[in-house]
Amino acid sequence: MAEKKQKKFTNPFGTVVESLYDLFDKKAPRYLLMTIMTAFLIYLPLSSSRFTQEIMTNLFFYVVVCLGLNIIVGFAGLLHLGYAAFFAVGAYTTGILSSVYGVNFWLTLPFSIIAAVIAGLAIGAPTLRLRGDYLAIVTLGFGEIIRLTVRNLDITGGAMGLIGIQRPVLFGIVLNQITHFYYLFFILAVIAIIVSYRLHDSRLGRAWEYIREDEDAASAMGINVVQIRLYAFIIGSAFGALAGSLYAAKMTAISPESFMFIHSVMILLAVVLGGMGKIPGVILGAIIVTLIPELSRDIGQFRLIIFAVLLLILMLYRPQGIWPERQGISTKL
Amino acid sequence: MTTWEIFLQQLFNGLLVGSFYGLVAIGYSMVYGIIKLLNFAHADIYMSGAFAGLIILGFLNPYIGNQWLGIIVALLLSMILVGLLGVAIQRVAYRPMLKAPRLSILITALAVSMILYNTVLLMTQGQYKPFTTGLTHESFYIGALRMTETRLVLLIAALALMLMLHLFITRTMYGKAMRAIALDRDTCQLMGINVYKIIAITFFVGSALAAAAGIMAGVYYGTVHFFMGFLIGLKAFTAAVIGGIGIIPGAMLGGLLLGLLEAFGTQIPFIGSSWRDVFTFVFLILFLIFKPNGLLGRMESERM
Repeated sequence: MAEKKQKKFTNPFGTVVESLYDLFDKKAPRYLLMTIMTAFLIYLPLSSSRFTQEIMTNLFFYVVVCLGLNIIVGFAGLLHLGYAAFFAVGAYTTGILSSVYGVNFWLTLPFSIIAAVIAGLAIGAPTLRLRGDYLAIVTLGFGEIIRLTVRNLDITGGAMGLIGIQRPVLFGIVLNQITHFYYLFFILAVIAIIVSYRLHDSRLGRAWEYIREDEDAASAMGINVVQIRLYAFIIGSAFGALAGSLYAAKMTAISPESFMFIHSVMILLAVVLGGMGKIPGVILGAIIVTLIPELSRDIGQFRLIIFAVLLLILMLYRPQGIWPERQGISTKL
Repeated sequence: MTTWEIFLQQLFNGLLVGSFYGLVAIGYSMVYGIIKLLNFAHADIYMSGAFAGLIILGFLNPYIGNQWLGIIVALLLSMILVGLLGVAIQRVAYRPMLKAPRLSILITALAVSMILYNTVLLMTQGQYKPFTTGLTHESFYIGALRMTETRLVLLIAALALMLMLHLFITRTMYGKAMRAIALDRDTCQLMGINVYKIIAITFFVGSALAAAAGIMAGVYYGTVHFFMGFLIGLKAFTAAVIGGIGIIPGAMLGGLLLGLLEAFGTQIPFIGSSWRDVFTFVFLILFLIFKPNGLLGRMESERM
């Protein structure tokens, strides 16, 4: 408690970017820009290649999972290192129900959320009472355990994974084109953004912010710290599971290797890079993490080292991220 | 084999693997005790230690061979090298962050871990490297227990390192300073202790022990690979929690206990070795629910 220092907000990018951020914080320009963006993104598949659509679909998917993780890491200030596991919980729930039991895709979604809530409770309830660092290692372990479990069990197809997950049907159309999934993930991303904003501005969102800034004061004001944190953990997990279900439907085949530690790290990287807690920042982070590897396929294996060095430098010199939350200065575990 | 023989064999296996866990767990526990940081890079330091040992042994081989003499010299050299690596990491990535929000320092630790891991991955092309030694694998019996010279020496060496560390912590001024900083860093600074120097020494000792464990694991399993740190890191952390994080004898005890639990746990029907890692993790969760302060830990009330 003694060493609580608040860093003054400094912006190395200069006043131009700063004033752009300011502009975006005002309602009218933000809505204008969002409308233009939406219109452009709806129009995009009509005039672009399959490759572009594939990348954009992947980007929307990343936006959803990053916003989900942002609820846990950004809003509530809890370090989560096994997010890919929750994404696997959703994907496998849908996969098993769909390919083994032949359940309609849309009906598997509630089950996927229920499974994620149960997993979130099992991990969160014991560890959220303790110091924040325990959560980091337990989630890291959980990620690995889920991977090992789906590899060892028969129902999950072992190391081979699951194949033959049914395509979802919407209004009598079987969704099997990349354009279909482009719009599906686009809608999901829009919903995720709206839900994130609504959560951020809600009573719950304020409680998260309060706990993140000063746990003891929040507790003294009558906020049940463990319970409120658990909400963040569960809501974030449900986001991940939902995205995982749609991922399973898009891929129609999933294997344990799709949910490795490195995916959790990339999602975390996007959230931290963009600016924890700031929704446009997180979206920016998701764009950076998905697009840079696509644009720079040549560097290949060096990519992760470069990302890691970038993360280190960013943390040392600009721990708030590229587009940080304005009032929230210290993110304390 | 009779039940008794299986029991003895598993007891020995558990102690040996557990002593590796213990050596790595000490590093987690020391760093956590002194700056309350969960050092994610520690598992990768263990892995780097194994590779440093392999490389040094390769250089030494033409001069002093790759039997015990060569291994011991390689062990000492790579302990020093990796210890210095730990100090360097501490200086670059952790020291500037000591006063920053806790989430930031955890993320720099993660970044360091990724850098080490991916560097070795690139250097080895992701392949398993044989850890070639000139040791014989002849086995002999002590009572009903079948054993090799290598395994016996490894166990004794691991226990000797733990004993040396214990003496260092309890009998020297540096050890005393470490324990004092763990209690109250600000007061130590006022008392004229060079806190940063002691933190650097802590990182040196912790990293050197992890390197030793890495080389021993290399000698024991016969191969090293870039991924070897990940699981043992998780398990060593579990060991540190079992013993009570921040308490060094606790880390040793936790490591040995976890090794034994794994060795006997996999003998239970229906669990088997493919579930071994899941078993460890379930144990971690149970400990966090029922005894979060660990076996040797005391209840701590947080000061405002």
